[in-house]
Amino acid sequence: MEENIYGYSLKCARIDLTKGTIKIEYLSKKFCEEYIGGYGFIAKILWDEFKPGTDALDPSVPLIWCIGPFPGTILPTSSKYGVGAKSPLTNRFGFGISSGSFGAQMRRAGWNMFIITGKAPEPSFIYIENDNINIIPCKDSLWGKDTWTTEDEIRSMFSDQRIAVAAIGPAGERLVKFACITNDRNRQVGRTGMGCVMGSKNLKAIAVKGTNSIPIYNPKKFMERAKELIKLANSSDTLKYRLHGTPVNTMNFNKLGVLPTKNFQTGYWDKAYKVSGEEMSKVWVVKKAACSQCPIACDHIVATKPDDPDWPNVFVSMDFESLFGFGPLSLVDHFPAIIKAVELCDRLGMDSISSGIITAFAMEAYEKGYITKEMLGDNPVYKNGFNWGDGKAEVQMVEDIAYRKTKCGDILAEGVRKAAKILGGEAYKFAMHGKGLEHPGYELKGLKTASIGFAVSPRGMCHLRNNAYGPDVKGDFDRLTFDKIEDRVKYIAKQDSMMAIIDSLIVCKFTRGIYKDFQEMAEVYEMVTGIQMDGKKLEMAGQRIVDLAKCFNIRECHAEGIEPISEDTLPWRHFHEPNLDGPTKGAYINEEEFKKGIIAYYIARGWDEKGYPKPETLKMRGLEFVIGKI
Amino acid sequence: MSSNSVTKFESLAESNINEKPKYKILVVDPQRCDGCETCESVCSMAHDNEFNPLNTRIHRVRIEPIINFAMNCQICDHKHCIEVCQPKALSTDEETGLLVVNDNKCDGCAACVKACPYGAIVVHTKKNKAIVCDLCRFTEKGQPQCKEYCPKDAIFLIEIDPNEKIDPIERILKIIQKGFPNIDYGKDSIIIRTPDKN
Repeated sequence: MEENIYGYSLKCARIDLTKGTIKIEYLSKKFCEEYIGGYGFIAKILWDEFKPGTDALDPSVPLIWCIGPFPGTILPTSSKYGVGAKSPLTNRFGFGISSGSFGAQMRRAGWNMFIITGKAPEPSFIYIENDNINIIPCKDSLWGKDTWTTEDEIRSMFSDQRIAVAAIGPAGERLVKFACITNDRNRQVGRTGMGCVMGSKNLKAIAVKGTNSIPIYNPKKFMERAKELIKLANSSDTLKYRLHGTPVNTMNFNKLGVLPTKNFQTGYWDKAYKVSGEEMSKVWVVKKAACSQCPIACDHIVATKPDDPDWPNVFVSMDFESLFGFGPLSLVDHFPAIIKAVELCDRLGMDSISSGIITAFAMEAYEKGYITKEMLGDNPVYKNGFNWGDGKAEVQMVEDIAYRKTKCGDILAEGVRKAAKILGGEAYKFAMHGKGLEHPGYELKGLKTASIGFAVSPRGMCHLRNNAYGPDVKGDFDRLTFDKIEDRVKYIAKQDSMMAIIDSLIVCKFTRGIYKDFQEMAEVYEMVTGIQMDGKKLEMAGQRIVDLAKCFNIRECHAEGIEPISEDTLPWRHFHEPNLDGPTKGAYINEEEFKKGIIAYYIARGWDEKGYPKPETLKMRGLEFVIGKI
Repeated sequence: MSSNSVTKFESLAESNINEKPKYKILVVDPQRCDGCETCESVCSMAHDNEFNPLNTRIHRVRIEPIINFAMNCQICDHKHCIEVCQPKALSTDEETGLLVVNDNKCDGCAACVKACPYGAIVVHTKKNKAIVCDLCRFTEKGQPQCKEYCPKDAIFLIEIDPNEKIDPIERILKIIQKGFPNIDYGKDSIIIRTPDKN
């Protein structure tokens, strides 16, 4: 182990669930400098250790849990961890990030990374207390229980209410392709189906308790800087997240005509105010809570009324991305139904973004006759079928998917891309996904820069990879045309690295405004770790990480005989069906111009016109080992 | 206690220099507290120069789904902690009312931890000595650091009358009911659930 490195614990455990063995390794300083943490570590390990073309749910595949250098410190939003693997939903690079208390506990327990392979002979969970790692069978105790109960029971089992528990629910156990991992009740490793990978390994949960202290390289300077950053994290940059939370997007987007409505048929909804952040604050919010070490506290806990006829006293944390799918996208304006649907997603362990899209897709599929009444099963809630705006049926559908209860639920549990394929015909025309990942809540027909940014994301249709909607919403670019394409793609390429670094350090994207640039991040990095860092080096690391994730995807594409460029695209609807009404009425995406934009983006990143990173680019970014392998 | 740290603590109380001495305790506004644990981390850093929320003198309490709070020594009357301490390591500082641990006598048996009804005392994981809130008077800064760093300004230093006979929990409730001074957040006010209009 190398000396004089702070922040990183460098310790990595390889846990083989088939054999029940645990091997300890140490990360090198060079590895940390080059790949920073979270996203970066996952990209490198997946490239090195994933056998191209292996099925995502094969027992041999690695499931990677890791943290960056910051957890356990008071740096705003530092207690985060990342989980990565080949995604069973997209069959491409998969990873997700969550916060709560898990990152800090993992760091205090002294671990930097877990690489989990194999499949436990029976349902089990991993309990880690400092150096001790135990694989504990739980077929009769935890298996089958929801994530909140699992968390409570593990905490009681070891008599400590502060143990961090990251668990899958019944959805993960049943290999629902977009199953998530839930920790601290309201925080999820949501996207790309990491919970499904856990389920395939018979792994119910990972629980960590750490009691070690965390020294840092320059505590005096750090404490001063942290104080400033905490203040900044409470300034106007984050007001949006603190005041009404992200659901404030509902009305803002509606005004711009980019609120995804009726499964992306349009970008405007006349009932949007009923599911707006403002209305939510007024009527439904009962408390704002924070993750460990977070000064923002975006977690808007909403609750149904004690006398709600259908779902009394349901408490859940509400975000825009959870809300839009079950709300505007499905035309459901009854807020308690949305609260219940999101609560079920969190407890049963499904990505609430994907679940919302799938529900809306199912409503359209029912309307168009692809889903029949028989497929819905005999639950009386479906007596009129599965129609737009039916909140009660929507809530039931979440449960049907999680437990694969009905034929319809079983099909939808495969994700929207596969479901459309199973339903056949022209169902693919309204399956809203990119690379198989369900579409986040931005109506891209009215956000042209974002349409490129979302399409090129390595983990599938994603709003978190390059902030591409930012300049569209702010008006820096004309959001209805593809003019100034060079400037747009340059912006996206730059933001790619910024977001990759944020996801590697790992801090919360909500704090992106409190650092001026890479240099300021590098300074904090140096104060914590003692590793020399500057803005340029950090930016280069960001470039490196994005390129490596892309190369992983290229390698998987080749294993399947697919050209990678064919995947950097949008759902059929965006190209062919203009928005029906509202401020973006008639808007659609011109496929030809869009394709030109994608190629311009490749060039801006130093890739060739087919989206392959050029050898000289790879060399410059320290990825020589990739050359000749893609 | 070194004379230096006494001076620092007096400066903290200088506003009421002409009144009879009053004790000070930390009280948290549960409406503002969001359970972020920053106070715990800062406390350990202020005293040990490293982060470890297990070695904190203020303790976050979270009861799902919506209760968030933090608690430290409430300078209670009964002082069960002192009663149960076999090596007689605990005493009260006359001037401030704060609990003082004599590290030379404390053997880390944790009897005080069990005796304290407020969960205000813990045994330090490294030093194996009882630790309890000292309002940071022995630290470099001399002022309660949790209060300094609390992102939501939820921690208040409140004067109490040492002669008043009152259960500390009732005292906290009274303080909470009385309400806390307003902090100007600009547009960003704390949201309180409003009753249904219809």
